[in-house]
Amino acid sequence: MALLPLALTRWFDAKGWQLHPHQQAMLERAEASSTLLIAPTGGGKTLAGFLPTLSELANSPHKGLHTLYISPLKALTADIRRNLRTPIEGAGLPIRVEDRTGDTSYTQRRRQRADPPHILLTTPESLALLLSYEDAPRIFDGLQRVIVDEIHALAESKRGDQLMMCLARLCSLSPGLRRVGLSATVEDPPALAAYLGKDTAILLADPGPDPEISMLETETPPPWAGGGARHAIPEILEQVRRHKTTLIFHNTRAQAEIFFHNLWLQNEDDLPIGIHHGSLSREARERVEAALAEGRLRAVVCTGSLDLGLDWGDVDLVIQVGAPKNVKRLVQRIGRANHRYNAPSKALLVPANRFEVVECLAALQAAKDHDLDGAPRGPGPRDVLCQHILMAACAAPFDADALYAEVTQAGPYAALTRDQFAACLTFCATGGYALRAYDKWQRLLLRNGKWQLRDPRTAAVIRQNLGTIIDTETLKVRLRGRPTPLGEVEEAFAASLTPGDTFLIGGEIVRYEGLNELTVEVTRQPGRQPKVAVFGGTKFATSTLLADRIMALLQQPRWPGLPAHTAHWLALQREVSRLPAPDRLLLESFPQDGREHLCIYGFAGRNAQQTLGLLLTKRMEELGLAPLGFVATDYATLIWGLDPVTDAAPLFDLAALRQGLEGWLQGNAVMKRTFRNVAIIAGLIERTHQGRRKSGRQATFSSDILYDTLRRYDPDHLMLQITREETMRGMVDFGRIEAMLARISGRIDLVRLDGVTPLAAPLFLEPGKIPVQGAGRERLAEAEAQALLRAAGLD
Amino acid sequence: MPHSFRLGPADLQARPSGALFWPAQGLLCVSDLHLGKSERLARRGGGLLPPYETPATLERLDAELEATGARQVVCLGDSFDDLAAAEALDEADRLWLVRMMAGRMWHWIEGNHDPGPVDLGGSLRAELPLGGLIFRHQAGGDGFEVSGHFHPKVRLAGQSRRCFLTDGQRLILPAFGAYTGGLRVEAPALQALMSPGARAIVTGPRCLVMPMPRC
Repeated sequence: MALLPLALTRWFDAKGWQLHPHQQAMLERAEASSTLLIAPTGGGKTLAGFLPTLSELANSPHKGLHTLYISPLKALTADIRRNLRTPIEGAGLPIRVEDRTGDTSYTQRRRQRADPPHILLTTPESLALLLSYEDAPRIFDGLQRVIVDEIHALAESKRGDQLMMCLARLCSLSPGLRRVGLSATVEDPPALAAYLGKDTAILLADPGPDPEISMLETETPPPWAGGGARHAIPEILEQVRRHKTTLIFHNTRAQAEIFFHNLWLQNEDDLPIGIHHGSLSREARERVEAALAEGRLRAVVCTGSLDLGLDWGDVDLVIQVGAPKNVKRLVQRIGRANHRYNAPSKALLVPANRFEVVECLAALQAAKDHDLDGAPRGPGPRDVLCQHILMAACAAPFDADALYAEVTQAGPYAALTRDQFAACLTFCATGGYALRAYDKWQRLLLRNGKWQLRDPRTAAVIRQNLGTIIDTETLKVRLRGRPTPLGEVEEAFAASLTPGDTFLIGGEIVRYEGLNELTVEVTRQPGRQPKVAVFGGTKFATSTLLADRIMALLQQPRWPGLPAHTAHWLALQREVSRLPAPDRLLLESFPQDGREHLCIYGFAGRNAQQTLGLLLTKRMEELGLAPLGFVATDYATLIWGLDPVTDAAPLFDLAALRQGLEGWLQGNAVMKRTFRNVAIIAGLIERTHQGRRKSGRQATFSSDILYDTLRRYDPDHLMLQITREETMRGMVDFGRIEAMLARISGRIDLVRLDGVTPLAAPLFLEPGKIPVQGAGRERLAEAEAQALLRAAGLD
Repeated sequence: MPHSFRLGPADLQARPSGALFWPAQGLLCVSDLHLGKSERLARRGGGLLPPYETPATLERLDAELEATGARQVVCLGDSFDDLAAAEALDEADRLWLVRMMAGRMWHWIEGNHDPGPVDLGGSLRAELPLGGLIFRHQAGGDGFEVSGHFHPKVRLAGQSRRCFLTDGQRLILPAFGAYTGGLRVEAPALQALMSPGARAIVTGPRCLVMPMPRC
């Protein structure tokens, strides 16, 4: 404890606390330029990150900002502020800690810029915004340390790429700045270290004992399909009763809402149980967070919004409802329970349907074997770089060479070439079109060797667009006559409502009354059967590792490890049709609800199955099979259309598929969705802001139109290059299709059936159905128009 | 495939592209081209959108002229996103437009965005009475009226598409320009203009007719 200031040592002693070895090691390494600490949740890794800061600030007074702490979640910054206050006030240290997020008030933020605290807790987006101000050099002058918490989570998205460039910028503003990354267990520590920057040293904490993790046994078997896990509510309530505090994780917000509603219908003891997810209003979320921190709640139904290292004190059980999709995420999630170092955390998996029983069992086995999944990251995406360049221009005129040198200090952009950088700069300045149309109206101008905004007023627009999280458009929901919103729903969902419809939000059933200036007005309507709220939810693809383990499980002659109901279900599938085998490809063809269906069990993960759906529907369109749409899950793709598929061989020719890929990549919906996100991040189009959307005449037009125009007139444009790259890498995942086709090498079994099979049934309830715009759709549109005319007596 | 229908004394064809053709007069009518929209946005400090909406729109207009062999053309207003956009028209695009205008009677109707192009030739007027119909930018007057302005669109079988609206007295055209959004036909402005029994003629690969959704 020699490195700790006396006041803190005394306080720790008085509390009877002892530093963990890795916390001590962090103190010893306080001067190192860059450190990545990998520690299990509950290992006090956040404190480990802050100890050198507390020590330095206790020993010598510091003027201005000393340490910047960045976390992926707003909630986390508030939580850390509370947790830091304990030792700081306890030891009487002269340290001011504040947080700054999108929720911080305008006056508070103004004041923080003028008079920064010693420790500022913030998010990547708020940091980018701070760096875009002219006074950024003054704010960050003298900054000593930056701590990136949950860096493993940030590294999985563009938020991390943006943050790493912002760190490079901070290092230019305050040379000598020391970086610390805090991470949960990951499969490839050196890769994450390189991400944080050159010369990053890795510190591995003792991982602690293995978690106690098992599948929850329920009296009622899980349904054949669906994701509600309603069947498990009695057993889950029993677990809640037996534990101090339970977190009940769901994969999507909609599932969390439905589950919460059903849970309360059976909560006869009135156990205090709350709900927390990203679509709820800030007030609602804060209420739950505070109640949880004070130990007033016995359970919280939540989503990824509570996924990260929030230190919720007395949580002693984590329940994961639905398949975890990814072993690493499961292991990290279980770390929520029992935040005491060296005590095993306790977790229960609750498969929501029978297929998930199989997936959960495979995940359990993988977790026990310490078999973590993960794919290598590609280079930093260039749309984020474009945004960074615009951000830099907002702050001050910049020198291109200097900015390039700075950006390549960021791990994800270490291999960025000067040409690639130049192309992004050109895009920001002129749009980068083959047709040079904007010479007069350039966004950035080169003046005296430095790039600057042509019109300084555009800085406001650029600032508003900062950040890499693209939300689907949402509308606020509020009770009629009340000012505070209950939460938000997606615009598309709101558009599907007619007055009188009911849906769930914040665990309440509400009745849709109407739209009032872009707010959904509702009244309370207890006791009615709700229409389901469709919130946006993140979709993860089941990892290859997990998919392989599932395939292996299915191949067993019997399934002693599975509950009887699931074993019976698989046996039934084997009897009615077949079970997918790893060296063959099973296709089922059957009529259902007046449509022809084709189900392809590729087990290639959601993204690859989706690509397969796009490629196959294109082939089917060419063959005149009138496909109408498809939906993909991690294990299968279901295509529906007007005509049956009787010969599969022509559909699965790899050469034809690969050829189709090129043409298809151009015109599909996934590509357009990716383009929209890329265009928003790169600053080509503005995000639609809640208050700025036009209510009457629509002045905006769809980004699809821009995509089509560019494709036609400027096919090599930077935005299209980035879109192509991104779809191929993430959403397209063609590699997994190739691997699958190589695995089966032509062994395709097409089984024709009378109706839906046990294994295909869950696909009918999958959200995210993708329509195919083709001959089939035209036939339907024609029929519908006819029917409408007839109904109106106009025919 | 175009859809043939009657408006007052005239037998008209709604074309899948969103253009209107009047065979008896050899007249092609298009509305709301919004040429030069990307230039106007850039000038005003917005994003630098792909500057191709003018060639994209002209290309489609050219194809329609070719397909119909129209001898006269009515542009129903908002042909340019504003007057400066008309003046900033790219030289190649200007020549293209002039070539299309050559040998045809060309009527520019004033819109709310543009009082019409200044020096492109053709006639420029607030409204045009012709063969028992009256062409104006915005609906609301007397007579058998052909207008644009609103960019109507309608949902059919889960898709939003540009559409014509007609109630036998009035006809509202969809926007023809590449970079144009739309107004759903449920909007009060459109509901108020159309009498009961109005139909929507939906554009797309072929024209489809449906009753105008009322609310």
